[in-house]
Amino acid sequence: MGDWLSEVANWWFAAVALAMGYAAYRVVTSANVVHAVLALVATLGGSAVLFLLLGAEFVVWTVVLVYIGAVIVLFLFGIMITRAPLGYEAELDHPPKTKALAAIVAGAMFLLIGWTLVDAFGTEEVTASVTTVGDIGLQLFGRFVLPFEVVSLVLLAALIGGIVLARQDPVDIEDQR
Amino acid sequence: MIVNFWVTLGIKMALVLGVMLVGALVSIFGELKISAHMQSRIGPYFAGGRWGWAQPLADGLKFIQKEEIIPDTVDVRVFKLAPYVVLMGTMAIYVVIPFGPDMVAGNLDLGVFYVLAISSISTVGVLMAGWSSGNKYSLMGGLRAAAQLIAYELPLVLAVVGVVILAGTLSLNGIVEAQAQWQWFGVTPEWLNVIPPYLILQAVGFAIFLTASLAELSRTPFDMPIAESELVMGYLTEYSGLRFTMFFLGEYAGMVALAAIASTLFLGGYWLPFVSDDLLNFIGPVVLITKIALLVFLFIWMRWTFPRLREDQLQQLAWRILIPVALANIVVTAVLKVVF
Repeated sequence: MGDWLSEVANWWFAAVALAMGYAAYRVVTSANVVHAVLALVATLGGSAVLFLLLGAEFVVWTVVLVYIGAVIVLFLFGIMITRAPLGYEAELDHPPKTKALAAIVAGAMFLLIGWTLVDAFGTEEVTASVTTVGDIGLQLFGRFVLPFEVVSLVLLAALIGGIVLARQDPVDIEDQR
Repeated sequence: MIVNFWVTLGIKMALVLGVMLVGALVSIFGELKISAHMQSRIGPYFAGGRWGWAQPLADGLKFIQKEEIIPDTVDVRVFKLAPYVVLMGTMAIYVVIPFGPDMVAGNLDLGVFYVLAISSISTVGVLMAGWSSGNKYSLMGGLRAAAQLIAYELPLVLAVVGVVILAGTLSLNGIVEAQAQWQWFGVTPEWLNVIPPYLILQAVGFAIFLTASLAELSRTPFDMPIAESELVMGYLTEYSGLRFTMFFLGEYAGMVALAAIASTLFLGGYWLPFVSDDLLNFIGPVVLITKIALLVFLFIWMRWTFPRLREDQLQQLAWRILIPVALANIVVTAVLKVVF
């Protein structure tokens, strides 16, 4: 424990982790959808800072660009374009029984993931790292080129799905004329 | 050494803040005077004694003195936080702008990528402002802004990719150096790069970048989010006093920041031929600021020349023209890079 406390990086980690924990708690407990999403922004921002502490700069800015800049903005956009009342929303509240169940599931998940990580790595230090953009690019298009292309297929499928859902049927257009 | 680090960090932050504020004030003054000349009127004339140079300062002081009105129906915490989020996204861009070989607050390996990522935070702030105001004009303005920022973020990013392919690096300093050392067919002398090579090779990318910048900044002809004739003042409607000033400063600071990024990516940044690196640290800022001033003038000129587009025209321009052209530009650039 003494060793742990003497490292400045650990203090930063503790501060960020606590803030993230609180923000994540607010995501599920806040009684307003938009507040919940904004708490999610804080949580994701915290995860970006954790990656920054690990020196993985590329992941940091990917998290910011993709999650905060795109996913969250789409969340907010979707919520606001449908309905987003200000203030407390009663239907977001749940009976105590459901809350207890949720707490148990969340706690179990935390223990499972935490135990798996500690069991897998223990006190072992992960030294091998790919941090610069050039290295990441070489890895992606060298060793991991097949998974990379498969992921792009998933994206293509999602794109086609989006277009199919959003477009008007040709029959409907005929009717409107 | 740890104290030294914090002192350096403090000085850098103060410099970044100073450059941002001065840049914003000067471009506000530029807008006042240039718009006046374009409309055959005099514009600010008395403040400060000559040319009315102190007008932005006077305006700023006026805003600070004004009472800040927070309506009853707003979501107070989000309402108060929103301008900070918007300003933060803009201010963070200034960290990586290289004014000289060493005149940069932080030379990140990821330079351009960082700029694109951090500037997207402002979108969240705009949506926060629009929603928390509890006003349908504000909400509509916020939604329009978000739709516009998402749509034009893509061409902005794709336009940058061409430059990154040519330079082979994401670092802004690296991109400037790559332009300085560019060789036409391997024989051309270095001084010829006074004509920025990427301005010629990436002319398409530059045009797309400027158009997308205008939209990202919500400036005419893309100012639907704050269209006065339809939405009062869009997501700014309920803001007053100091918080309105923050949005206002953020808008002009963003204009200067994007002009600086465009100058660095496409116009050769701080670089001049026949000048050593040490001297460039002093001359570089002047060169870059000249280029920024040219682009800012272009932005202002467009505002007072073009009428506002319609919302559907805006989206069509982004998705049907800019994005396909930008993608074609990437393909052509990549092919040429491999061939030559």
